[in-house]
Amino acid sequence: MAEIRTALATNMRQNVAFTIAIAMLVSLYLVYNLMHPRGFSAAVLIQNSNESVAIIFLAMAQTVPVLLGGLDLSVGAIMTLANCVASVVVNGSPLQIVLGMIITLATGTAFGFMNGLIVVYGRLQPIIATLATGAIAIGLALFIRPVPGGNVDGDISWALTNDLYEFVATYGLFDADAAWFKPIAWIPVPLLIVVVIAFGVWLPFKRTVTGRTIYAVGSAEGAAFMSGLPLNRAKIAAFTLAGFFAACGGLYLAIQTSSGNADITQAGAYTLNSIAAVVVGGTSLLGGVGGAIGSLVGALILRVISFYFRIVSIDPLLQPLIEGLVLLAAVSLGAFRTLQVKNRLNFFR
Amino acid sequence: MPIDDPIVKLTGVSKHFSGTRALEGVDFKCRAGTIHGILGENGAGKSTLIKILSGVLQPDAGSVEVNGEPVRFSNPTQAAASGIVCIFQELSLVPDLSVADNISIATPPRKFGLIDGRAQNRRAEQLLARIKCEDVDPNSLVRELSLSRRQMVEIAKALGKDPKVLILDEATSALTSRDVETVYGLLAELKAQNVASLFISHRMQEIEKLCDTLSVFRNGQHIETFAKGAHSEGEIVKLMIGREVTAHYPPKPPPTEKAEYLKIDRLAWEGQLKGIDLSIGKGEIVGLGGLDGQGQKELLLGLFGVLRGLHGDVAIDGQPCHPASPAQAKSAAMRIALVPEDRKTEGLMLAMSIADNLLAASYDRISDGPFINSDKASQAVAEGISKLQIKVASPDDIVSTLSGGNQQKVVIAKWLMTDPEVILLNDPTRGIDVGTKQEIYKLIRELADRGKTILLYSSDYAELIGCCDRVVVMYDGKIVAKLSGDAISEEAIVAASLNVGTTASTSAAGAHHG
Repeated sequence: MAEIRTALATNMRQNVAFTIAIAMLVSLYLVYNLMHPRGFSAAVLIQNSNESVAIIFLAMAQTVPVLLGGLDLSVGAIMTLANCVASVVVNGSPLQIVLGMIITLATGTAFGFMNGLIVVYGRLQPIIATLATGAIAIGLALFIRPVPGGNVDGDISWALTNDLYEFVATYGLFDADAAWFKPIAWIPVPLLIVVVIAFGVWLPFKRTVTGRTIYAVGSAEGAAFMSGLPLNRAKIAAFTLAGFFAACGGLYLAIQTSSGNADITQAGAYTLNSIAAVVVGGTSLLGGVGGAIGSLVGALILRVISFYFRIVSIDPLLQPLIEGLVLLAAVSLGAFRTLQVKNRLNFFR
Repeated sequence: MPIDDPIVKLTGVSKHFSGTRALEGVDFKCRAGTIHGILGENGAGKSTLIKILSGVLQPDAGSVEVNGEPVRFSNPTQAAASGIVCIFQELSLVPDLSVADNISIATPPRKFGLIDGRAQNRRAEQLLARIKCEDVDPNSLVRELSLSRRQMVEIAKALGKDPKVLILDEATSALTSRDVETVYGLLAELKAQNVASLFISHRMQEIEKLCDTLSVFRNGQHIETFAKGAHSEGEIVKLMIGREVTAHYPPKPPPTEKAEYLKIDRLAWEGQLKGIDLSIGKGEIVGLGGLDGQGQKELLLGLFGVLRGLHGDVAIDGQPCHPASPAQAKSAAMRIALVPEDRKTEGLMLAMSIADNLLAASYDRISDGPFINSDKASQAVAEGISKLQIKVASPDDIVSTLSGGNQQKVVIAKWLMTDPEVILLNDPTRGIDVGTKQEIYKLIRELADRGKTILLYSSDYAELIGCCDRVVVMYDGKIVAKLSGDAISEEAIVAASLNVGTTASTSAAGAHHG
């Protein structure tokens, strides 16, 4: 027992930023529900979850290149591309729908893989390489969907954006009113999707040599090289995984809105917000520290802050100002580490 | 295999770096079941030798054999696969990963294709227990450990690769005395298991105590390999010195009593500076000697306001001087300049023009209010270029297009433009051609003649002897010898650098530390 406690203490000490982010999210969301006229209701939870899925996936996508010490400016664009692809292919028979989803995710993943190849073999800075490929992704999205629209299967749209009860009832999997099902029937499906992918993809990936190499590259690339780690494979994998997560976001957006929209402004805003979420979630922009679960929490914090504007009467014109101040406060919590540096030259290394 | 066959054999190995030779026709053998010490002063070729053995560098000529098989390693992983494992002086640990992660970094234990955290922790615990480091938690991050603990983790990581040849490059210099004893025990244990250990250390006593075979390197050449006890300490020092003098130095003025200008009193920092006392007169050149990494660089950085948490007093011309930043150090009140060690990162902004680099430290002198006065700027640039005779086509060329020697002149000219009174030089002639070196020696002497106070760190003993009025030698963060006049000899400096008592240095050191 004592051992578990020390292990937990070690973990918390090593992940101060993550612990702070969790505490911040929990308190923000509690207060939000207390202030909300229909607080603590399933309807509010479902609505909030739906509105958070895309940015959570984008934040997780952004995390992986950031851990390497780079930035991926194409995540928003890949999401938009996947969104437009999904609006074409996710319909028809159940088999066709599943196939469509796979095509959508494969598109984003392949795009991320291409980013990785360009960064590694083109020897380009990630930020500029992805700025260019991001524009390409938007171009492809516009080619597929010059005007907003599309045709996403209505059943799946309904089933995946509500609680588990509706999911089961829509597809008649079993009796949705069964007594054993009751305690979990309220869980929103979007929340479940996020949790399953975050824990089912990210956590195992982190435990591969490739995943660990990503951390090693961001932390000390020289040491990683001297230890004989697969640097190129890790870099390509990082961008590929970013492409996959971004495609998840795009697919969900298509399902949620039943359509595709090659919206350039939206793609840019999502990219920038993903960087903010990564930082708020405790991942260092210098690389090597943090993780996608932290970014999930960071994205939720950003979303919850914006939810507040609905229940607190603030002049909409003041919203960006206040969002900026809150973001600044949140990220400055991470700057304390530099106070311990004894050799000032080390600031620059 | 007969027991006499060497496990590692180098034949005619040479390595050159941009014109300078690091190794020249080296024949070297190392046998299994020995602890083999390698001795040599700075630049003798020790590091190049082990980098070639461990696959970091590839030789330009010659062959390497392991167990009689010719090999050619293109990276450290291949060397490790052949059983050659190096514990590097610059740590190869990843600071943001845990101890257990680091120990098994390249080949972790796996379960279902994923890293098995528990098995990895057990492995880390076993390896750490072998070097009596049970107090290190495998889950803690390497970043959280002290330097000596990190070094032990590095040793555990190397042990985990199951070495046949273990190379320790200054592996004990950061360790506590208890850990050093543990490492000695470990080496004896490995020797019994027929592992060859190549041991590189600056501590002569350590090599004497531990090794059974010694090899001396000098000027990139293998001088002699002999069994322990075949030569006395004094004879070994003589084997290590005897470098050809290639440069000519300006004549030194006769020693005179100089008014004290810079006074350093009990300066200490983070266990790397342990109470430095030194005073330098106006117009005096004091050389800072010793093997690399004994605190010389930290002393210069400390005086220049780069280090936090310094203890002790520094005074310039009787006024206390504790700059909080390089910006303060160069200000009118202190007038200190530092020509840094690595001109490519700390000295120059490589992508900017020669003119911009020359002006970088003295914008306040060429500006009117907030604006740079372009007439003053071009005049200052022209002066700087002519004073140091920098060979440039146009001052607007990018500085990285210049040769190494001219780049170094730009760095020096940049600092002379601030009109400093105290000039700190960190190995200013490293890696530049002989002609430029001589110009720099002449310049240093001229500056001293004009009353500047100069502290010069050099890894080249000949330079200290040729240039300096006095030489102090540092060892393990302390000054161990102060030499002046005829007492400045290569033998005295090398002996003091190794902190061994041979004739000249003992009396010189004793006189100042009695």
